[in-house]
Amino acid sequence: MRSQAQATKASRRWRAMLWSLFAIIILAMALPSIGYLVADAAQVYGPEREFSEERATNPRSEMWRDARFGEGGFTTQTGPYVTNQMIANIGENWRQVRTGPMTTIGGWFLIAVLVLISLFFAFTGRARIEEGRSGMTVVRWKGYERFLHWFTALSFIVLAITGLSLLFGRYVLIPVVGHSGFAGYAQGAMYVHNFLGPAFSVGVLFMIILWAKDNIPNRTDLQWFKQGGGIVGGKHPSAGKMNGGEKVWFWGGVFTLGLIVIVSGFILDFPNWGFQTREIMAWSQSIHAIAAIIWIGFFFGHAYIGTLGTEGALEGMTRGRVDTNWAKQHHDLWYEDVIARGERPVPESELEDGKAPAHPAGQSGH
Amino acid sequence: MARMKFLCDAERCIECQACVTACKNEHEVPWGVNRRRVIVMNDGKPGEKAVSVACMHCTDAPCAAVCPVDCFYTTADGIVLHDKDLCIGCGYCFYACPFGAPQYPQQSAFGVRGKMDKCTFCAGGPEEVHSSAELTKYGTNRVEEGKLPLCAEMCSTKALLAGDGDIVADIYRKRIITRGGRPQTWGWEAAYGEGV
Repeated sequence: MRSQAQATKASRRWRAMLWSLFAIIILAMALPSIGYLVADAAQVYGPEREFSEERATNPRSEMWRDARFGEGGFTTQTGPYVTNQMIANIGENWRQVRTGPMTTIGGWFLIAVLVLISLFFAFTGRARIEEGRSGMTVVRWKGYERFLHWFTALSFIVLAITGLSLLFGRYVLIPVVGHSGFAGYAQGAMYVHNFLGPAFSVGVLFMIILWAKDNIPNRTDLQWFKQGGGIVGGKHPSAGKMNGGEKVWFWGGVFTLGLIVIVSGFILDFPNWGFQTREIMAWSQSIHAIAAIIWIGFFFGHAYIGTLGTEGALEGMTRGRVDTNWAKQHHDLWYEDVIARGERPVPESELEDGKAPAHPAGQSGH
Repeated sequence: MARMKFLCDAERCIECQACVTACKNEHEVPWGVNRRRVIVMNDGKPGEKAVSVACMHCTDAPCAAVCPVDCFYTTADGIVLHDKDLCIGCGYCFYACPFGAPQYPQQSAFGVRGKMDKCTFCAGGPEEVHSSAELTKYGTNRVEEGKLPLCAEMCSTKALLAGDGDIVADIYRKRIITRGGRPQTWGWEAAYGEGV
C-alpha cells in the first residue's frame, strides 16, 4: 500500500520534471520571437526609399543594393530572352541544387533502389503461385486498359532514359562517348523528351481518371499493410482488385508524383507561354527532376513486382488474363467478386490463338 | 596571364545605347538576340543609374556548371566561350546566369530555342580564327587582332571598360579616388540604412 503511494509520487515527480523541461524548451524558442510582434516589418526589412534632399543616401549604393536584390530596371532592348533584371539570384541557387544534391543524392538514390531490389530478389526469390497454376484464367485487364498501360509505360521508360541522360550524361556519358557524340545524342534526347512528354501526360491523366475508382483506400488495405503485404510473415492478406501496395503506387506515384512532374514539365516545355521567368523555370526544373527521380525509383519497385518478383502477375497486363490460383492468392476479394458477377474461368487451352499462355503448357498441370 | 573583365561605371554611363548598337552591328546579331543591353535602375527618378550588362565572363561560370553537354570553355585570357556545335538549346544557361547573358533565336513550344548566343568578348569561338564559320556563328574575332571588345572601345564616356582585370581595376580605383565622395557615401548610415 505504502510502496504504491511512493511509486505514484515518484512518477508524478518525473512527469512534472519532464513537462517543465518541455515548457522551458518551448518558451526558449517562443519568447524571443515576440520581438516580431512589436517590431514594424518595414523597420526590420528597411524603409521604403524615396529620394529626398533631407535624407539623401548615396544613390550608387542604393542602386547596387536594388540590383543585388534582383530588382528590375528599364531596358529598351527587346527579345524573348531579354530581361530588365540586372542580377537574378535564383541562378546560383539553382546551380547549387542541380550540380549538388540533385545529381549526387539523386544518382545514389537510384543506384541504392536497384541494389536493394537485387538483394531482395537474391534473398527471397520469386513469389510463386503457392497452389500452382490451375490452368483456368479470368480477365484482369481489358484491351484498352492494357493499351493505356503499355503506352504510358513505354513512354515513361523513354522519358526516364532521355531525362536521366540530360541530368547525368555529362558525368556518365561524356567520358564514354565524347563531347560531340553525346551532344548529338542529347539533342535528339531533348526533343524526344520534349515532344513525348505531353503525350505521356495524356496517358497518365487517363490512368488517373479510369483507375481511381479501383484505388479508393479502404479497411482491407490497413490489414494488408499490417501484414506487410504478404512479403513478411508469408501469410497472404486479403485484397480487392488493387492491393494496398498498388494503391500506394497509384496515389503516391501516378497521381501525386505524376501530376507534379506533368505540371512542372509543361511549364518547362512551353516557354512560349511567356509567364515563365527564370525563377519559375529554375524552380520547375528542380521540382521536375527531383519528383521524376523519386518516381523512377518507385517505378523500379513497380516493374520488379510486376515482372520478376511475382509469378503470374505480368500476364494480367500482357494477355489480360490471370490464373485463378494467382487471383485467389493475391486478390482474393476481387476474385470472389468476379465469380459472383458470373464470369466463368476459361481454361488456358481454350484461349484463342495469338493469346498464347505466358508459360509453356507443360507447367500448367502441377 | 591576363584575366579579361568588363566593368561598367554607373556614374559615367549616360544610357546612349551605343554599346548595344555597336555589338549588334559588329557581330550581325540576329533580331531578338541581345548580347548586350543597358538597364536603367529607378528610371525617370532623381538618382537614376544606367548600367550596360553582358556576359561577365565569370571565373566560376554558372552557365558552364549547369550545361548538360558541357559546351562551355574558358580561354587562357579568362574569356568564357561556348561551342554552338555542341549546344542543344535547352535553356539551362539562361536560367543559371545571374545577368541573363545567354540568348536564343527562338522561344517556341516544346522548348525549341535554337543555338544559344552570347557575348564572346569579341573573341570568336572554337572555329578556325577568322574563318567564315567563326564569323557566322560567333561574330568577329577582335581579340585575335589585338583589339578589345568594340562596345568598350567606342564607349563615348568610357563608362564601359574592358580588358585585363587588373588594369581595369586600377583605372576604376583612380577614378574613385579622384571623384572623392559625398559625406553620405560612407559611414554608418550608408552601410546599414537610417535608424538602425
